[in-house]
Amino acid sequence: MNKILSKTYFSERVVKLEVEAPLIAKARKPGNFVIVRVGEKGERMPLTIADADLKRGSITLVVQVMGVSSRKLCALEVGDYITDLVGPLGKPTHIEKVGTVLACGGGVGVAPLLPIVKGFKEAGNRVLSVIAGRTKDLVILEDEIRALSDEMIIMTDDGSYGKKGLITEGMEEIIKREKIDLAVTIGPAIMMKFCEKLTREYDVPTIASLNAIMVDGTGMCGACRVTVGGKTRFTCVDGPEFDAHQIDFDEMLSRLNGYKDTESEKLHEFEK
Amino acid sequence: MSGVSDRNAAWRQQLRRDIPGKERTSIERVRMPEVDPVERIKSQRIEVNKGLTPEMAVLEAKRCMDCINPTCMEGCPVKIDIPGFVKNIERGEFLQAAVILKNTSALPAVCGRVCPQEKQCESKCFYIQKLDKQPVAIGYLERFAADYERESGRVSVPEVAPANGIKMAVIGSGPSGLSCAGDLAKKGYDVTVFEALHEIGGVLKYGIPEFRLPNRVVDAEIDSLKKMGVKFVTNFIVGMTDSMEDLKSEGFKGFYVASGAGLPRFMNIPGENYNGILSSNEYLTRVNLMGADSEESDTPVYHGKRVVVVGGGNTAMDSVRTAKRLGAERATIVYRRSEEEMPARIEEVKHAKEEGCEFMTLTNPVEYIADENRRVKQVKVQKMALGEPDASGRRSPVPVPGSEYLIDADVVVVAVGVSPNPIIPRSVEGLNISSKGTIIVDEKTMESNIPGLFAGGDIVRGGATVILAMGDGRRAAEYMSERLTTERI
Repeated sequence: MNKILSKTYFSERVVKLEVEAPLIAKARKPGNFVIVRVGEKGERMPLTIADADLKRGSITLVVQVMGVSSRKLCALEVGDYITDLVGPLGKPTHIEKVGTVLACGGGVGVAPLLPIVKGFKEAGNRVLSVIAGRTKDLVILEDEIRALSDEMIIMTDDGSYGKKGLITEGMEEIIKREKIDLAVTIGPAIMMKFCEKLTREYDVPTIASLNAIMVDGTGMCGACRVTVGGKTRFTCVDGPEFDAHQIDFDEMLSRLNGYKDTESEKLHEFEK
Repeated sequence: MSGVSDRNAAWRQQLRRDIPGKERTSIERVRMPEVDPVERIKSQRIEVNKGLTPEMAVLEAKRCMDCINPTCMEGCPVKIDIPGFVKNIERGEFLQAAVILKNTSALPAVCGRVCPQEKQCESKCFYIQKLDKQPVAIGYLERFAADYERESGRVSVPEVAPANGIKMAVIGSGPSGLSCAGDLAKKGYDVTVFEALHEIGGVLKYGIPEFRLPNRVVDAEIDSLKKMGVKFVTNFIVGMTDSMEDLKSEGFKGFYVASGAGLPRFMNIPGENYNGILSSNEYLTRVNLMGADSEESDTPVYHGKRVVVVGGGNTAMDSVRTAKRLGAERATIVYRRSEEEMPARIEEVKHAKEEGCEFMTLTNPVEYIADENRRVKQVKVQKMALGEPDASGRRSPVPVPGSEYLIDADVVVVAVGVSPNPIIPRSVEGLNISSKGTIIVDEKTMESNIPGLFAGGDIVRGGATVILAMGDGRRAAEYMSERLTTERI
């Protein structure tokens, strides 16, 4: 189980892994995630499921090299096994026909956005997508998202591809032009914070898929807790998706940095 | 079994005749040898209690009067044949003692270490009931027999009935699930235990620290279950990875849900989500399951200089003692009642104090204060007074107005209780759930309103003890089997 069936590089630091996991492939829904652990000393790390292939009994994970654990995962080759893989976890995205959906993904956040875009398209919605990356290298799954979208805008911070600017600029262009019934945002917490700010100004209902620090992923520890509408919620069992306008993003951003010192120490050790 | 545990066996009659009662009752209760506090707080992995030597165990076993009506057994939720195993220790048949233990308990080395014996078997001992003397150290003796067998390398496997080919699913591999699995396997069922985490053992692995219960001890008992034919599947969340319906269609006839009460409670006071504040479950899981105390582990944990632990149960004691071992200069329990009301085992409180942990009782946090990086730096606490006894007989704490003051803390561990995990209750349609989120079962049979679905342990009781969870597992195994043989589920 958990054998790596294929490995593709989107860029030097962003890797797509297709992993054997027949039960998860069958049970997963858009919005679900898995927890992986690499090696006996490895930590448990959450990753959203980007795709599944029922025939091959596999799921697709997109990983960006950040710290020790993502490095260990990305170092695995075809034929290697992931030590532990559990899921699907979290509540699936609530998908229905709402009209026009604005799908916004930044960086590797475009990977978990893909099944959601697929779901909303299949439910009969008009789907407009804005995908972004800091530079051209970090824009992923462009063709897949385009194939499912009625329209797509690509944004890069440095203008090396698509339009130059932040994801919010692309979003605003569309929101100004036509009525949006629902926006979905997935990406770095800071990006989602600004997406939420923009859609609040225009009064567009928005859901955000949060990427909190997790340990077990089953509601056992509260490491992933977040304040939504003034109440403490656990991202792993109550989320990962919440009404973006109710999320305390500043708190979330600070919690993501909770272990920053130890993380960089461990990475330093690992690189030596 | 008769030769081993029959009270009227010749050897046992002889033992009773050999030593007069007066002589037995004049023996002092054995004292558990312990590692010195200064030494043991250097590592999370040094077990505090060293266990009895064979000489100590035999002497302690001599204290047992081999009562005609052994009241101690009434105090044990799994009804271990206590005099039976103790008398085998007295005559030096340590391996026989282990065999008797394993007949009724899947985890004797665990129970001997973590049961609150002072509230269970030992509280019903003849010595304390009739003589007002220290009870026989049943827990120490249980641990001795189990450890002796494990270390002897001659581990017996309990007798298993011929395989009947009927598949049973146990959901959760904590003490309740393991106990049920063991009993079902003995009855000849084909048992599979499904576990969500990557390790078997539930709270025995992620919760109770190595200094109280080494993981190798838990693994040895799990090995015994494997030898009895029990299968284990890790990384499998029933209700998410696969539904109970799917498992049914794969031929599973009965289900025992023992998914525990893993959802940590918070107090919902201002600042509780600042960095550096975490649930005891997160803290203990990082250290115990993920090995975050070791440099080689990829999992980080907060190392605080000044750690405050909120709560007064065993989990709070485990957390505060863990903090000390992670290098805290000061590790303090903040508890809203007085020490007398603390639910933690007396031994754990004593050990914590020996290790330099501090206790602030009749005190309760009301707010957390953070630095500019949102990292906790202080706790605002309030003095409490004890009011009238509540329905449960415990005096409830009442805040003293105007008594707030600040204490320093760079790590806060919240250990104020747990709630049932919602995944299973959520995933089974029509299952009867209480307002607290526990699964409602028939108290006698442990069966829920869904035929063939049984439940026990913390998912039924809320947060309780290892041994009560094991008792539920035994009872469920009994009735699951009965239901299948008499009316077919």
